[in-house]
Amino acid sequence: MKKWKRRLKKILLTFVALVFAVSFLLPTILTIANSFMSEGEINTNYGVIFNQFKEPEYGERNTDYVSETVNLKFIPDMVDFSQYSTVLLKSPEYLLKFWNSVILTVPIVIFQILIALGAAYSFTRFRGRIRELIFFLYVALMLMPFQVTLVPNYLVADWLHILDTRWSILLPGFFAPFSVYLLTKFMRRIPTSLIEAAQLDGANEWQIFTRICIPLCKGAIASVAILVFIDYWNMVEQPLIMLSDADKHPLSVFLSQINSGEVGLAFAVATIYMVPTILIFLYGEEYLVEGISYSGSVKG
Amino acid sequence: MSKQPVTEDGIAYKKPKKSKKDRRNAALYLSPSLLGLLFFFIVPFFVIIFYAVVDNPVNREFVFLDNFISIIQNSSFQQAVKNTITFSLVAVPLAVILSLVMAMLLEQNIPMRSQFRTFFLSPMMVPVASIVLIWQVLFDYHGVINEFIQKLNMAPIDWFKSDYSQIVVVVLFLWKNLGYNMILFMAALNAIPRDILEVATLESATEFQKFWYIKLRYLSSTILFVAILSLINSFKVFRELYLLAGDYPYKSLYMLQHFMNNTFHSLDYQKLSAAAILMAIVMCIVIGILFFVEDHFGKDVEEA
Repeated sequence: MKKWKRRLKKILLTFVALVFAVSFLLPTILTIANSFMSEGEINTNYGVIFNQFKEPEYGERNTDYVSETVNLKFIPDMVDFSQYSTVLLKSPEYLLKFWNSVILTVPIVIFQILIALGAAYSFTRFRGRIRELIFFLYVALMLMPFQVTLVPNYLVADWLHILDTRWSILLPGFFAPFSVYLLTKFMRRIPTSLIEAAQLDGANEWQIFTRICIPLCKGAIASVAILVFIDYWNMVEQPLIMLSDADKHPLSVFLSQINSGEVGLAFAVATIYMVPTILIFLYGEEYLVEGISYSGSVKG
Repeated sequence: MSKQPVTEDGIAYKKPKKSKKDRRNAALYLSPSLLGLLFFFIVPFFVIIFYAVVDNPVNREFVFLDNFISIIQNSSFQQAVKNTITFSLVAVPLAVILSLVMAMLLEQNIPMRSQFRTFFLSPMMVPVASIVLIWQVLFDYHGVINEFIQKLNMAPIDWFKSDYSQIVVVVLFLWKNLGYNMILFMAALNAIPRDILEVATLESATEFQKFWYIKLRYLSSTILFVAILSLINSFKVFRELYLLAGDYPYKSLYMLQHFMNNTFHSLDYQKLSAAAILMAIVMCIVIGILFFVEDHFGKDVEEA
């Protein structure tokens, strides 16, 4: 009797988890599945939604059969790579925007972490009231929403005459406080005895920093890099405000502008844009989870 | 609490002696980061305070609170504040409760737990703009949800242009943020000492009692952290909203961020600065509460 009850509970819980999982995965799977459909099939399935936004072109679209209702389809009638070939071969603008994303995100990840490592080391090794106060400043700034921090960033970019250049996004990104906060939390877990032992052996600060703290923080650096990458890879607010020249916009912003016209294309571009983050998930999920776990409180 | 500093593992360590050399080293390692922070964030923020209390950047006549008053009286600002507050009031409690439920679900003895964790986290990897596309497919007037509703013989809802529009955004917000919160709760659940739970089991406490009297107590600081993190993230939902509905969305979707963004484009420094400062003040209060509460509750559990 009891065994039966336990089994029922297990089945029920698994069912609940499945329901959650399906609803969480649905948009991702839909995006990928739709990217393998031809423009005609997309039009048949979603025409009723997206056609209302656009003028019929050359009359050709009108001849297509458009379903009266929306069809959600997870398996394309015919796997079709035409969207991908359009993106990759025929329209260099998408690749250009992809490249824009890369040259905005990668330097930010690298330099933010390099600068933050020093700060985190300082917060770990030398404690005191003033230092804790400064750390509090970092945390408070980190928690501020974009609407607050973007105004100062914009002012400085204006002073430096770097508005409308990539530097207006890169430079504030280098100094963003998030990495400092998380790396400090990781570094403070390093046993002090380890550092003291090194000191007794005659290691100087630089050696302790580069030979002990950084190697011990490798996992942490991976975690932070992943979180920072995901954040900046999806940036929307900064380019909208800093870059009025749409040619310099990253794909994350540009994606929204192809929505209404070529829906099928948008799905393919979105899928391509997801590739780096999917790779991160496949190879670095443990680091990602660890990074999130460590961000679980505001104190160092 | 004793005065001796303690690491997070509870190991006491010797407070480093503050020699001159140490201080110089400390400054050296911190300076690149701190100087950048000062230059890009802190100093301009003081300039913003200056802008907020003068009439315009050229004339520079001191007007004290006039800019703030005109902001507060601005009807689109009021609308934005109202919408943002309503949104947060609904979204934040849901985010906390649902993510705790998910974390506890994954603690149970069910198959494929690590796969489920990956699935729940997967929204983090989807670019915002493509989510928006899917959301249109789902919530459009001719979309999937309305089709379903019509099959139940109910009237379709114009999701984006009615009072229901906030629901669409709440769902989007939850979908995007639950995974992250869930990981935080999973870490906190893991940190509960096993022996206490075992003793409770031996004394034949029910699952509910264990949850209510033990787990919830250990989770209290995490619950608050997740609540405040969700509150902060609820201010960030603009990203999705902007892509979904543009600069001037339906009235009930007009958030503070829209107000700020549109003010940016009109380059009204006074208005912008005043709004940024008001928002910073609110955030400071929230963050202050977070620190206070964490101090308070953190100790509570440590001593227990």
